[in-house]
Amino acid sequence: MDAIILQILNGLDKGSAYALIALGLTLIFGTLGVVNFAHGALFMIGAFCAVTLSRLLSLSHEVAVPGSVDFLGNPQMRDVPYIYEIFGESLGAGIIDWAVPLSILFAIPVMIAIGVIMERGLIKHFYKRPHADQILVTFGLAIVLQEIIKYYYGANPIPTPAPSAFIGSFDFGALIGFEAGQIIYPYWRLVYFAFAAVIIGAVFAFLQFTTFGMVVRAGMADRETVGLLGINIDKRFTIMFGLAAAVAGLAGVMYTPINSPNYHMGMDFLVLSFVVVVVGGMGSLPGAVLAGFLLGILESFASMREVIAIIPGINQVIIYLVAIIILLTRPRGLMGRKGVMED
Amino acid sequence: MFGLDKKDASLLLIVAVLVAFAPFFLNPFPEGSAMAQFNAGYPDLMQRFVIFGIFAIGFNILFGLTGYLSFGHAAFLGVGSYAAVWMFKLLSMNVIPAIILAVIVAGIFALIIGYVSLRRSGIYFSILTLAFAQMSFALAYSVLTPITGGETGLQLALNDPRILSAATTGGNIPVPALFGFEMRSSTQWAVGDWLFTFNVGYYFAAIIMLCSFYLSIRIFRSPFGMMLRAIKSNQQRLNYTGLNSRPYTLAAFVISGMYAGLAGGLMASMDPLAGAERMFWTASGEVVLMTILGGVGTLIGPVLGAGLIKYMENIISKINSDILHTWFAFLPDGLEDVVVTLIYPFIGKGWHLTLGIVFMLVVIFLPGGLVEGGQRVSRLFGRKKKAHDPKNATTEPAE
Repeated sequence: MDAIILQILNGLDKGSAYALIALGLTLIFGTLGVVNFAHGALFMIGAFCAVTLSRLLSLSHEVAVPGSVDFLGNPQMRDVPYIYEIFGESLGAGIIDWAVPLSILFAIPVMIAIGVIMERGLIKHFYKRPHADQILVTFGLAIVLQEIIKYYYGANPIPTPAPSAFIGSFDFGALIGFEAGQIIYPYWRLVYFAFAAVIIGAVFAFLQFTTFGMVVRAGMADRETVGLLGINIDKRFTIMFGLAAAVAGLAGVMYTPINSPNYHMGMDFLVLSFVVVVVGGMGSLPGAVLAGFLLGILESFASMREVIAIIPGINQVIIYLVAIIILLTRPRGLMGRKGVMED
Repeated sequence: MFGLDKKDASLLLIVAVLVAFAPFFLNPFPEGSAMAQFNAGYPDLMQRFVIFGIFAIGFNILFGLTGYLSFGHAAFLGVGSYAAVWMFKLLSMNVIPAIILAVIVAGIFALIIGYVSLRRSGIYFSILTLAFAQMSFALAYSVLTPITGGETGLQLALNDPRILSAATTGGNIPVPALFGFEMRSSTQWAVGDWLFTFNVGYYFAAIIMLCSFYLSIRIFRSPFGMMLRAIKSNQQRLNYTGLNSRPYTLAAFVISGMYAGLAGGLMASMDPLAGAERMFWTASGEVVLMTILGGVGTLIGPVLGAGLIKYMENIISKINSDILHTWFAFLPDGLEDVVVTLIYPFIGKGWHLTLGIVFMLVVIFLPGGLVEGGQRVSRLFGRKKKAHDPKNATTEPAE
């Protein structure tokens, strides 16, 4: 039992990332009908927003340490971040420590801006072109974005730690009444899951309970009619693209402590996220979220030692295998609607 | 000629001439000159030109004719490489059985994957092929290590059985050869400052490339090719006329998988090792780029695209900032630095950036690729010519 709970927990963080990226992909697909191969790159850019902010915050200059000289008689220098001088030493250190969560505030406007620019500048011209062209141009864009990041940040992963309050693990089993020491779980992964749940909830609430969301849903169902009613649906869809980019970016920001960001992390997640979208059902938001968590958890079950002993290598291929089976037996995916991208 | 009409025959002839004399005009700059780094006439690169040409020609038979965009074609290339290396290990170092096995194994593999994937079309097909290719890659890396060599890749060893060739006693690992002609051996011919290299492997691969190019022309012009085009333009209508399109798409998929296997086998023949990274999905993306860049659905396009991308990969990635500084040395100092800093991200390690930008520009402005570009340019000049052409004037109705 505790092993099962542990695997479910382990699957949650990856599942959260899949669900968030797949949610964004589905939002874009459902509203604009575009297959966005650059969505993984948006996830990656989000992660690098966190890297950028933590670098910006720890920008520092050399200050002489009063009362100490080295053996040549020169005053000893030490690096002092500028932020210490603005906020004082203890608050400044706290801000640097909390760089990753703070990056959320930084990433939201950046990602929305990138998303809107992308949609207005490039994707707009591809609505009437075939899906293959959309795939190709966004694939090209993904290469460009990832190479730009590689040029400025290098090819190596950049470790970006979580705030020290969340470093380490805790005994999750003891919390829910199991024997102590059985289910040890890192704090940050739980934070990530909670964060993902909040974001997903917020997106759904936004679509469900606001007028804007209602118009967008109406547009997803029948774009033409909404347009005929005198609503500028294109503008709203552009904003939705920005929102989807922000969701992917935030998923990236919070993922940095789990996995040090590198320039190709987006591509790695993108392939899996597409599989998730297809399993969940093209154009279905709940399907994307459900499939994201489901596949994340399945993947973590498949990487249990007992399972690998029976079917070697299953942990590597389980997601693809599930996708193939689902596509062949239930072509619409788990929760896909009729008539959406049937061919 | 060979059952081709005049236009196709002349195209084949042009390609044949280009390929045959490639060692000359890929080396237009004298050895040791400042421009020598733009020479592409060394065996390794020339082999890659023709091998990836074969790969792209095969991909074009699927994508260009049927419109099915496969994102997992590199899997067949990888499988072909593995098959060929196993042939070198078990049978003999002759390349013929290796390549034949590579094609057969890739064909069977394509049959299985195609049978499943072709049940869906559009983006689902792309994702299914992608999933299969990633699965093969993951398996080749982990569980199938006894067959694929895992992370180190599959390599030849001294104590391989090689039942058809004489036992090698000590010495070096034998190299792949075609009845005694070693693939890596080459002759050099110095003319003045120029140095031309003629490589056995290159010419072997080039002949195979010409054969497969010829075959692809025949497929394009055949009733079968016409049927594939019909699938691309309107599959539904085809089905309504009572034709089952699946056997045709499956045949196209298998043929194009066999082309990829052939390319993989040749790759292993030039350099007898095979690694799982050849099956990674970026490798599949690369062949898509080549085909699009050259021109989808055209005969010569994929070959051009493959050549261009491989040339860029090798030449642009070799330029570094020192070379840039020598080029722009004529500019004033400050301006020189500015220009070099502006260009620097696009060269050397940044060649992928250049590739991505070029690719995007092609998809946006020139969906037909280089071939369409060429046609546009020639039409631009052709129109002017037509006005002066007396032959055209005669077809005008007399007043």
